[in-house]
Amino acid sequence: MPTAVETGAEVLLPTSEDEAVAAFGDGAGVTVLAGGTIVVPEMTYGYLKPQRVLMLAQAGLDGIARGGSRTTIGAMTSVADLTDLPSPLGLCAANVADLEIRAQATVGGNLCAPQGRDAPRGDLQAAFLALDAQVRSVGAGGERTEPVETFLADRDGRLILDVSFEEPAAGAFARLDRPHTHDYSALTVCAARTADGTVRVAVAGVEGPAVRLPSAEAKADDPAAAGVAAVSDATFADDALASAWYRERTLPVLVRRVLTQLQEAA
Amino acid sequence: MKLTVNGVEHEIESAPLTPLLYVLREELGITSPKVGCQQGGCGSCTILVSGEPRRACLLAVAAVDGSEITTLEGLGTAEALSPIQTAFHQHYAAQCGFCTSGMVMAAHAYLENGGGTGRESIQEALAGHVCRCTGYVKILDAVSAAAGGEVASNQRWLPQPGEEAPVEVPGAPA
Repeated sequence: MPTAVETGAEVLLPTSEDEAVAAFGDGAGVTVLAGGTIVVPEMTYGYLKPQRVLMLAQAGLDGIARGGSRTTIGAMTSVADLTDLPSPLGLCAANVADLEIRAQATVGGNLCAPQGRDAPRGDLQAAFLALDAQVRSVGAGGERTEPVETFLADRDGRLILDVSFEEPAAGAFARLDRPHTHDYSALTVCAARTADGTVRVAVAGVEGPAVRLPSAEAKADDPAAAGVAAVSDATFADDALASAWYRERTLPVLVRRVLTQLQEAA
Repeated sequence: MKLTVNGVEHEIESAPLTPLLYVLREELGITSPKVGCQQGGCGSCTILVSGEPRRACLLAVAAVDGSEITTLEGLGTAEALSPIQTAFHQHYAAQCGFCTSGMVMAAHAYLENGGGTGRESIQEALAGHVCRCTGYVKILDAVSAAAGGEVASNQRWLPQPGEEAPVEVPGAPA
């Protein structure tokens, strides 16, 4: 049993966004410690032996700004602070773990979380994909702002500063119930409709980061058909939480539910 | 680094990435936060940081440098229990006791934040806490009673020399 950690690592403790960006540099060899709900146990268990740790606890980078219809969320904002936001983000955040973990876990950590050893991570990724969120990050090549979809595909060596999105006209959220609050959701599906009628659907709990479900989006007017079509867009994780077989059979149900919710919200 | 634990300021010598749990237990000798899963999943190491419940196993100590920490030792004494401790005692809410300090800290924060007697909201507040004795019903009873003001604080419960321990079974006929 692990009882203590060898913590000979160099610790960088920036006290502002500028200091954090400078300390992160191109990200080479830097382990970012935000809320710590993933990184700290990884160190305790000896899976992670960082050399340089960028601890963001005092760097600011938190807070939710709502200007007009646009919402901007700092990377260090806690998951707990999102729970009052509109669906699907608010409901998705409220479904993460328990209240102590939600208060400590951060938005940036959720978007950067690598797949766990025994479960997928990053439930919020599905909500941000459905919202067509933009991620502002720094790293090699400087600052860039890009859709969350491209960020998730190439996120190594990036430090997230904030995430922003237009408030949707309607949002929906559905998930497989967890056996216990600590577990990550086996499957989380989020959908949102913009003011111009565009529907985006995404799923977390698949292999790797969350993905959009374009085949389901194309059939958004027919929730049952969209659910069936969604299966071809995802590679299903097979882990301690649920088998790939089970996830594949559950996804159509969750997709049907979120799209039905969107129709009812019309 | 400095920590104020249960009102006493300490200079901390542990390395900055050491989880607060080990700082409390091994450097400061405060052992009510229990070493359970060490990954945030069991709740037994729960303490309060500025009054809010947190997992001591998930907090690198440098992240809470300068903070006010409260552990079970800071809630009450054996002679003068806090209301939630009295409620746990009166409602037989502890079995083996391993989860109890974490449960009590989370329940204390729930009460301090104005939590009510409703079963569902108490379950939500304690959702991250595992009792492997499965004594959940008694725990919920205790928190609900404390939230409803049914327990007095500062209730003496230890027998004095020469006295027998009082035996009071809540709800039993007189």
